[in-house]
Amino acid sequence: MTLAEQVKAKFFNSVTEAYTDKGDEVVRVKRESIKALLSSLKKDPDFDFDLLMDVFAVDYLHWEEKEIRFEVNYNLFSLKKNHRLFIKCGVPELDAQIDSAVSVWPAADWYEREVWDMMGIVFNGHPNLKRILMYESFQGHPLRKDYPYNRRQPIIGPVN
Amino acid sequence: MGKPVSRNESPIESRSMLLNVGPQHPAMHGIVRIITRLQGETVIGAEVEIGYLHRAFEKMCEQGPYNNAIPYTDRLNYVSPLINNIGYCLAVEKILGINTTERCQYIRVLMSEISRVTDHLTCVGATAMELGAFTVFLYMIKAREFLYELIESVTGARLTISYARIGGLKADLPEDFEEKALIAVKETRKVLKEIEDLLDKNRIFVDRLRDVGTISKEDAIAYGITGPFLRSTGATYDVRKANPYLVYDRLDFDVPVGEHGDNLDRYYVRMEEMQQSLRLIEQAIAQMPKGPILVTPDGKVVPAAMMVDEAKMGRVQGFQAVKVEADPTLDGSAGASHDVVYSENKRVALPAKEDTYGNIEGLMNHFKLVMHGHGLRPPKGEAYFAVEGANGELGFHVTSDGTDRPYRVRVRPPCFPIVAALPKLIIGEMIGDIVPTFGSVNMIGGELDH
Repeated sequence: MTLAEQVKAKFFNSVTEAYTDKGDEVVRVKRESIKALLSSLKKDPDFDFDLLMDVFAVDYLHWEEKEIRFEVNYNLFSLKKNHRLFIKCGVPELDAQIDSAVSVWPAADWYEREVWDMMGIVFNGHPNLKRILMYESFQGHPLRKDYPYNRRQPIIGPVN
Repeated sequence: MGKPVSRNESPIESRSMLLNVGPQHPAMHGIVRIITRLQGETVIGAEVEIGYLHRAFEKMCEQGPYNNAIPYTDRLNYVSPLINNIGYCLAVEKILGINTTERCQYIRVLMSEISRVTDHLTCVGATAMELGAFTVFLYMIKAREFLYELIESVTGARLTISYARIGGLKADLPEDFEEKALIAVKETRKVLKEIEDLLDKNRIFVDRLRDVGTISKEDAIAYGITGPFLRSTGATYDVRKANPYLVYDRLDFDVPVGEHGDNLDRYYVRMEEMQQSLRLIEQAIAQMPKGPILVTPDGKVVPAAMMVDEAKMGRVQGFQAVKVEADPTLDGSAGASHDVVYSENKRVALPAKEDTYGNIEGLMNHFKLVMHGHGLRPPKGEAYFAVEGANGELGFHVTSDGTDRPYRVRVRPPCFPIVAALPKLIIGEMIGDIVPTFGSVNMIGGELDH
C-alpha cells in the first residue's frame, strides 16, 4: 500500500482521493478538515511529517476540467521516515479561504502570507496575514491568471 | 544615606528603542529590512521585511516556452546559478518522463558541486569580511575566481550561465577541462587551508560566532529549514543522500553535521562541505564516461558556417555523414558532442546542426522545437523535483497544461524559511550580532524574493 493510500485509509473522513503521480504521493483533502488533518499527520507516529517544505497555490482559471478555481498545495516531508506527501485542497473563487496551519508549523507563517499576497487566498487564524513580497498598497494578486503580467502600478513607499 | 543602587537596577530610566536595520545597510544587501526593538544594546523584538527584489519569477515563467525560463532561474540564486538551472530542467524532465545521457548527468553533478563551492566561498568570505577579516574575503574571492574561470570556460559566462537545457546541456565540456579543473580544485584546497589557519583559532572570529544565533534542531525543523543551516543543528538531512538524484548514488561523499546550531557550527559545516564538494568534483571527473568529441569519420571536415551556406544553395547531398567543425562548447549542439550531452528524445532535444542543415527530418525537428506555437510540449500534469541547493532543498514544482508554456512554476527557495526564522535567531542577542547571524543565513535576494 502506498503512503497516499495509507493516509486515505487512516483519515477516510477527510481524504477524498489518493494517488501516485510520477513517484509523488498525493492526497486530495476536503477544505474544512485541512487543519485537523495536517496536525494529525504531524503527530501520528506512522507518518511523522515534521517538516513543512512548502505551501503554494495554483490558479486553474483556464483549465477546463477543473471546477474549483484554486488549489492549495502542501508539501510535507518526514526527516525520520524520509517520505514526502503532497496534499491538495480545492478553494473556490467566491469563498477563497482556508484554515491556517501556523499553529501546526511556524514555517507556514511566511508561506501562507506569500499565497495570500500572490493568489489572494485568505488563511483563517493566521496571526499576521499581510503582504510579503508586494507592498501594502498594491492592488490585486499578481499570480492570478486574470492579472496581466505587464500591468503597471505606481510604486508607493512604505506606510510606516 | 540612600538605598544602595544594585547593579541591575539602573538609576537612569531606560526605554526601548526602535531601530531600522536596512534595506539601505551594507550588511543587508540592500534588500532586507529588519525592524528591531532594542533595550540598550539587546534586541528584544524583531520583524523582517522582504520583497525589495521581487522580480515576478513565477509569473514570468508562465509567459514563455519552457526553455525560456532557464535564464530566469540563473537569477534566482546568483552565486550558484547552475544548481538552479539543473533543478528546473530536472523538474520538467520529470513531467516528460525522459532521462538524460550518462555523461550529461555527470557534467550536471560536476557543475552543481562547483557551484556549491562558489556559493559557500562567498557566504563564508562575506561573513568574515563583515566581522572585519577582509583578508579572508579576498582570499576566498581569489579561490572563487579559479572556479568562475572554469565555469566560464564551460558555459561562456561567469554568472548568468543558462547552461542546462531541458533534456541535456547547452554544450559539452571543453577539451582541456580536466587539467584546468584539477588545477582549480588544488588551488581552492590551498585557499581553504589558508582560511582554516586564519580563522579556526582566531580568537575574535570564534568569540563573535560561538553561541550566537543559536537555533535548536526542533525549532529549525519546525521552521522548515534545510541545508547546511539545518545540518549545523545536528540533523543529517541532505537531498543528495536522502533521495539521490542524477549520479550522486555512485559517488562517495560525507555529510558534515554540526552540534550546537550556532554561527560557528554553520561556518564549520560550510567549510567541510566545500571539501566534500571538491572530492565530488574529482570523482565526477574520474568516472565521467568519455564521449566522442569532434570525431571525423573519414577525415573530412566542413566548417559549420560553410555548411550553412552550402545548404542554403540546396547542395546538401552527403551532409549527414560529414561532421561539422565547430567548437564543441559554445557553438551549441555541434556535431559529435551533441549526442553525449543531449537526450535522444526528439520531443525535447534540438537536432545536431548537420541534421538541421542536412536533411528534412532534422529541419522539421528543429522547426517544431523552436517556432512560436510549436515547441516543447510536456503532457498535461505536474511534477516536483528537489535538488540540494547551496542553502538547502531547492524544489521546482512545474504544472503543465499540455501547451508549450508552463502553466505554473513554483520554486521553493531554500533561504525563504531561514529568513522567516531570523527573528528567532536574533532576539536576545546584541545588536552587533545581527550582522554575523545574517551573514551565516546566506540570504540570497534573488531566490528569497522570487
